[in-house]
Amino acid sequence: MAEYIDDDVLVCRCEEITAGEIREAIRMGATDVTGVKRRTRAGMGLCQGRTCEALVQQILRQELKGEATPESIGFSTPRTPQRPVTFGTLGGDDL
Amino acid sequence: MSAAIEAASAGVKVLVIDANEKAGGQLFKQIHKFFGSSMHRAGVRGIDIGRELLEKCEELGVEIWLDSLAIGIYDNLRVAVDRKTGFNEHKMILVEPKKIVIATGASENAVRFPGWTLPGVMGAGAAQTMINFHRVLPGKKVLTIGSGNVGLIVSYQLMQAGAEIEGIVEALPKINGYAVHASKLTREGIPIYTGYTVLEAHGKERVSEAVIAKVNPDWSTIPGTEKTIEVDTIAIAAGLKPLTGLAHMAGCQLTFDRFLGGWAPIHNEHMETTVPGIYIAGDSTGVEEANTAIEEGKLAGTAIAASLGYLDEKEADALQEAAWERLKGLREGAHGAERTQAKEHQLHAYAEYMERRGEVG
Repeated sequence: MAEYIDDDVLVCRCEEITAGEIREAIRMGATDVTGVKRRTRAGMGLCQGRTCEALVQQILRQELKGEATPESIGFSTPRTPQRPVTFGTLGGDDL
Repeated sequence: MSAAIEAASAGVKVLVIDANEKAGGQLFKQIHKFFGSSMHRAGVRGIDIGRELLEKCEELGVEIWLDSLAIGIYDNLRVAVDRKTGFNEHKMILVEPKKIVIATGASENAVRFPGWTLPGVMGAGAAQTMINFHRVLPGKKVLTIGSGNVGLIVSYQLMQAGAEIEGIVEALPKINGYAVHASKLTREGIPIYTGYTVLEAHGKERVSEAVIAKVNPDWSTIPGTEKTIEVDTIAIAAGLKPLTGLAHMAGCQLTFDRFLGGWAPIHNEHMETTVPGIYIAGDSTGVEEANTAIEEGKLAGTAIAASLGYLDEKEADALQEAAWERLKGLREGAHGAERTQAKEHQLHAYAEYMERRGEVG
């Protein structure tokens, strides 16, 4: 998929970040998925970027043109917990 | 599952952790007969292969935790598991195995257009799970995006389940999947719009119409070619990418390859990743098909059994050789050359990485 996504279209639905906000982050200096995440929170929600990662990568590729490679753009860094877990489960019965 | 079976038949104690209510991954929604490689169960339904694997696991005494989530892998092969312990009870458990096989599969790629967050817009795989596993029809008037085999098969199954398929949209100039699947749909009069894309979806409570238009080779759309189609469901079949979260957090090195769906862990010929003791199999190390996943699982399972001393080297080598032979056969089909090359690249990258690390360490 290499289609252009309009600025007002949601890319990260967990954190409600639009394509325009991601482009703004790139203009402010983000060159990879992590840079976009730090500036916008895209990919920081419940799904950890499972849904939006590919789209963030695509926008980075389009905006940075020839300067970007899959390696330079990178991916969404996974963290614990990989899937949502309740506080009750995490803390045990005492919580 | 096939890694579990191989290891357990040699005597290894195996625990399978599965996030779903049934172990076996996608096989249980694949009610269609497998197609292609004759030596590889062509003509057998995915769901039957799943049942067989499950029975074999039970026979061998493989322990299976269902509705349970491996939420993280840490140093020294420790795994945090959110285990379902009762109807509405979960418990956090730290599992400390000697070896780990990551077989987390893949996730569906999304496509963005204005309106993609409306209820009724979903992954084609999700729609397939709804009809074939949960027996719920997601909608009555469906537009499918993507004419790869997933898009074609899911469209056909949605039709069998009682939905009207309003059309299949394919951005490429030609149908992407097997002609045998496509012709089943065209015979039913279902339009396949090649060279089209979805411009936007409209709707209030849920999606009620989709606007599609012709695309130029540079992906811009051609004004005046818009078509509005009344739908209540849009099923997106835009490919899959490996689910690499657990592998990456465990420290496994990844490489990028577009023929395997993007970033995936590199591994050696035993499917062991760059983290000793962590093995990988199936779509999570490159999106392919059920049969390749089964073979990779066998590789991992026999390698683990051998390294733990449950299988003598000679026996293990013979089993591994046979599995590689079958994999070679499987990688002769669609995009076979590219996939073979990409998998070889993973093996090379592993060798290079380990050599580099050896020099440093």
